[in-house]
Amino acid sequence: MMESKIPQGPLSEKWNTYKAKAKLVNPANRKKLTIIVVGTGLAGASCAASLAEQGYNIKSFCFQDSPRRAHSVAAQGGVNAAKNYKNDGDSTFRMFYDTIKGGDFRSREANVYRLAECSAALIDHAVAQGVPFAREYAGYLNNRSFGGVQVSRTFYARGQTGQQLLLGAYQALERQAALGKVALYTRHEMLELVVIDGKAKGIIARNLETGKLERHVADAVVLASGGYGKVYYLSTLAMGCNSSAVWRAHKKGAFMAGVSWIQFHPTSLPQHGENQSKLTLMSESLRNDGRIWVPKRANDDRNANAIPEEERDYYLERRYPSFGNLAPRDISSRAAKERIDAGHGVGPMKNAIYLDFSDAIKAQGKDKIEAKYSNLFTMYEKITGINAYKEPMLISPSAHFTMGGLWVDYELMTTIPGLFALGEANFADHGANRLGANSLLQACVDGYFIAPYTIPNYLAGELNATKFDISHPAFEEAENAVRRQLDRFLHTNGTLSADYFHKKIGRLLYEKCGLSRSRKNLEEAIIEIRELKASFEKDLRITGDNTINSELEKAGRIADYIELAELMCYDALQREESCGAHFREEYQTPDGEAVRNDEEFCYVSAWEWKGQNNEPELHKEPLVFEAVELAVRSYK
Amino acid sequence: MKLYLKIWRQFDASSKGEMTDYEIDGVSEHMSFLEMLDLLNENLIQQGERVVEFDHDCREGICGQCGVMINGRAHGPLRNTTTCQLHMRSFKDGDTIYIEPFRAKAFPVLRDLKIDRKAFDSIIASGGFIGASTGQAPEANSIPISYETAEEAFDAAACIGCGACVASCKNASAALFVGAKITHLAILPQGKVEASKRALTMVKKMDQEGFGACSDTRACEIECPQGISVLSIAKMNLEYMKALAFRK
Repeated sequence: MMESKIPQGPLSEKWNTYKAKAKLVNPANRKKLTIIVVGTGLAGASCAASLAEQGYNIKSFCFQDSPRRAHSVAAQGGVNAAKNYKNDGDSTFRMFYDTIKGGDFRSREANVYRLAECSAALIDHAVAQGVPFAREYAGYLNNRSFGGVQVSRTFYARGQTGQQLLLGAYQALERQAALGKVALYTRHEMLELVVIDGKAKGIIARNLETGKLERHVADAVVLASGGYGKVYYLSTLAMGCNSSAVWRAHKKGAFMAGVSWIQFHPTSLPQHGENQSKLTLMSESLRNDGRIWVPKRANDDRNANAIPEEERDYYLERRYPSFGNLAPRDISSRAAKERIDAGHGVGPMKNAIYLDFSDAIKAQGKDKIEAKYSNLFTMYEKITGINAYKEPMLISPSAHFTMGGLWVDYELMTTIPGLFALGEANFADHGANRLGANSLLQACVDGYFIAPYTIPNYLAGELNATKFDISHPAFEEAENAVRRQLDRFLHTNGTLSADYFHKKIGRLLYEKCGLSRSRKNLEEAIIEIRELKASFEKDLRITGDNTINSELEKAGRIADYIELAELMCYDALQREESCGAHFREEYQTPDGEAVRNDEEFCYVSAWEWKGQNNEPELHKEPLVFEAVELAVRSYK
Repeated sequence: MKLYLKIWRQFDASSKGEMTDYEIDGVSEHMSFLEMLDLLNENLIQQGERVVEFDHDCREGICGQCGVMINGRAHGPLRNTTTCQLHMRSFKDGDTIYIEPFRAKAFPVLRDLKIDRKAFDSIIASGGFIGASTGQAPEANSIPISYETAEEAFDAAACIGCGACVASCKNASAALFVGAKITHLAILPQGKVEASKRALTMVKKMDQEGFGACSDTRACEIECPQGISVLSIAKMNLEYMKALAFRK
């Protein structure tokens, strides 16, 4: 059931070998085939546009009012590509190695190499689309360095790279919509996957404007529905980000992998109060010029500027001298948590650390810093009322990117034939930790350059398969299941709002399955999650009706989050090692560094749904490393 | 702080809406405007009432989905700020706040403060792109783009498509939105080739969608969260006139 389908041959030739051998669909036959793409972020829009260009019929779904709103829009820092424009020793192999190491040797070699290999073409394509990447005065592309690497390979469009890449993909999508090759279904949410004879053949979507349930049939289904970091409630994610598409596919038989691998971004704004709905991300690029510190003395209440240099602890520079403030995200986040927990946290809630630009302003001048980061400084002032040119920013780690997701093979196909998962919705490429500026890259590469080969390879085999329509009993059954759930939410008549449960599950995960985990906490969490689930089933209150109703939308997402949270805890509990973002307190060195266990845990954990109230079943995909040696991941 | 809210409630596009009074207590100055609405909705749920529907998503000022008229101004009292980035420290205890949807014929109200902005997507679909298909692009550095050009393109490309320009214009003109896209693509060498065709189709579509004409009052620039310059409207007019003059 779990065949990774990695092509034979040397690492650098695997993708070329695959492409050369992949089956093709005759242009005349492509218009007979329909593909559903759920999600219009970088992965979804790029995949939908690319397949439409080839001549397939695409149905594109998003819950937002426009495809351009997808959360890829908010990614700020940049996108990686091994172009070696700076002549500083970058190459496909080096980028591959950085990414494998960054992921703590828990990702598939072949996938990661392909990611690095395709990266250069992405920059070319985005420029051709009109993405205004930063330029040198001579007109050539500029780039910068990002956490976890020692070369400059991050291309950027001010602090809004995600926005610009997404607009490129969105415009390509709208172009195909105008040509009639893409049907856009905005304000539609996928609520069920339809599987016929073991293959993905359609979805049930709810029209969020009318409340009507719709049946959509296709020859293949692509989930590019993003990550589930919002399960923590307070996170850097958009309010609507959710796990529902992947979770409902999981309950229909698609395995979920690396579920507990969640990245905590080190540079988000700290929580300031109880009614807060999200944590705002400050671009990680700030770490290029900002220095991170806390007061050496615990509970030091002085204003930051009143603390003299010798009483400041630049703990990243101290602990990781060769990477310093550019240490990877998992390491920087955990180091921050360690200092905060030890009583050195700053700010009103003592939950933050300082990101200080005073040295950079002294060395380079305020103008230079302004040119690089002015929009971020303005945003910071809008939110906090503080001028960061004059005093250090307050930042803290927060739930961000999910490395886990649907298990996929080399073709990005899940364990359900015909169901593909792209971008953050799949588990591939990042292992146990994602390097900065690799997420936009993966989403784009999956959609523009990989799925356009692998999906036709699958569809070639479907041309002569039986055609189904929406009158098939599987559609009837799926639609009824969705209707029953919506009715249940509307008629529970409890006293607690959907948000109440979301905040509860989020806080529980932060405490027990967050930046650090332990057996005791995880076992407790599983029990508490079951209690919360029982409470959700009888205490929920949804006002309004079955038409436009944001509370009803939330209820479905939170029901899925509660089940997902339980699986996250199983996954974290089962993995008795520390790797990447997964830090098990029982497995650390005396000085607090993660201890990985390659003898026993060098595999991807893929989980199979076994029904309500049953423990999930673990499947293991062993990770085989041929091109790199498993090394202790050190940034010291 | 305690606030008095007057919020537009409308069941659907075909029903008549009205301003409804609410009182809300316990609002902190650190809350964003949307978090204040979350709190109001939490109170409404406790009372068994239907919540106030509003559009929002990223709450970082970049997705463009949020946006309401606050005391008659698109996105509220601050310049260049989306509703989600507006914080309650901009208000004071005892204030009365009027909250209404962005109003324009081309943006029908769906419910309460939620509106339909599909017209913007249709305008983009009519030509707001570069016709580059996947997998065939030349090496990115083979066409140098000057630093100034890239920055100028970015200034225009930064539009988040929220519709504040339309809502704040007395003619409900989409000229700033359309001008920004035309400018972004026309000044880049990759987008120049299709500039004339793009200007013609996008301007035509803008009219068809029911947006009004620009009469140069410049309210749009003042309310634009991204500070997009009205010069992009001039640029649009230039591209459009050129296209008409040289049309074959």
